Amino acid sequence: MLTKRIVPCLDVKGGRVVKGIKFRDHRDAGDPVELAAFYNKEGADELVFYDITASSDERAIMLDVVERTASRVFIPLTVGGGLRSVEDMHRLLQVGADKVSINTAAVLNPRLITEGARRFGSQCIVLGMDAKRVPGSNPVRWEVFTHTGADGGRGTGLDAIEWARRAVELGAGEIVVNSIDADGTRAGYDLELLRSISESVPVPVVASGGAGTPEDLFQAVITGKADAVLAASIFHYGNYSIGEVKEYLAGKGVPVRREAAK
Amino acid sequence: MITVIDYGAGNLRSVTNALTLLGYRHRVSRRAADVLGADTVILPGVGAAGDTMKSLEKLKLIGPVKEWIASGKPFLGICIGLQVLLTDTEEGGCDCLDVVHGRVRKLAAGVKIPHIGWNQVKQLAPHPVFTGIPDNTNFYFVHSYYAAPDNNTTVIGTTDYGISFCSVLAQDNLVATQFHPEKSGEWGLRFYDNFMIMAGETRQ
Repeated sequence: MLTKRIVPCLDVKGGRVVKGIKFRDHRDAGDPVELAAFYNKEGADELVFYDITASSDERAIMLDVVERTASRVFIPLTVGGGLRSVEDMHRLLQVGADKVSINTAAVLNPRLITEGARRFGSQCIVLGMDAKRVPGSNPVRWEVFTHTGADGGRGTGLDAIEWARRAVELGAGEIVVNSIDADGTRAGYDLELLRSISESVPVPVVASGGAGTPEDLFQAVITGKADAVLAASIFHYGNYSIGEVKEYLAGKGVPVRREAAK
Repeated sequence: MITVIDYGAGNLRSVTNALTLLGYRHRVSRRAADVLGADTVILPGVGAAGDTMKSLEKLKLIGPVKEWIASGKPFLGICIGLQVLLTDTEEGGCDCLDVVHGRVRKLAAGVKIPHIGWNQVKQLAPHPVFTGIPDNTNFYFVHSYYAAPDNNTTVIGTTDYGISFCSVLAQDNLVATQFHPEKSGEWGLRFYDNFMIMAGETRQ
């Protein structure tokens, strides 16, 4: 039986890991390569590096971080943030990334999904989506936002469910659904959003934004129907280890991979 | 010398990183002479079987790869490197290498496709590649199609996802996996090591 994946997400800026609280107030939480090796040992099923740097100089640092991580850690590695072209994707895959995640660039240029999928395969192309509840909408709707790293983001007018469906038609092989409302609150994922997307697309859906307790991760896979859960601060600040989270999930009947690294 | 075939699409870096970490000398090449002159050949892969066949054809590698396998020398196929060994594939309806008789089929309806993540490999028969690896260990999968060989005796490992499919195939010195051992943590590295020991390679 396919296990549910637990995926620590590392926001990286200038070669160091940070975690934004509601996308702001960045604090340093360590060296990405060391942290990746640590999470691998703890039993992470996959890793995500999200590059929140703006300048191209610092993008070169990211390539080095990915290359060093891939030579030490033998679990899947997804890299996102600032990718604008198929060439950007190629550079990351060449140094050892397994998947690339595109967000703003996919909204601005949906053909990027298709071109990436054609060249590297759909399994390489992850659509990252930042969605926010539309205030007062009934039934509830979510709007896709871009540029969320800078100033709370920009609304696109796109409906999150429609965008997810379209991205899959274009060639996305997986969708990371991040709730802007829940991100950084540690009060739980937006389960309604997760479930709506998961039931609307044939590809795996990864929950992101809001994890505070192992119960939140449990709810994401059961109520939210997520195939994987992404989390940052719950692990970074040592509140829970990956092993503890997996033990909790396994205790409640969720299939998880238990054989950790030696 | 191990030759890792580079046909332009595979995720070679993870494969060579694994070999480097384990201490096995290898080269990455797309030359027929480096395939035929190797001691062990690895055909890695991601993407689609049809694209891989086209690339192998363009590089004039179909003949050398078939010749290599026919000679009975050690060969490891990974993911698409397994699928192209079959007769043909439903994906784009194209012919493959036909080293192993059978078809590549689309995964069953009713499950999320691609099949992405860690899933258990049930060991159907003892084999050197399984040395020290517990039955039902999780390995990392990323695929939408699976190999369905006509001859069940070549299937030494299966995995359940909607259906039970062939996740490890073995025939003489040929071993092929649907999962990615280079992305399957410590047990994946052990799998590589087991295969290389079986192939007679030694760590440097």
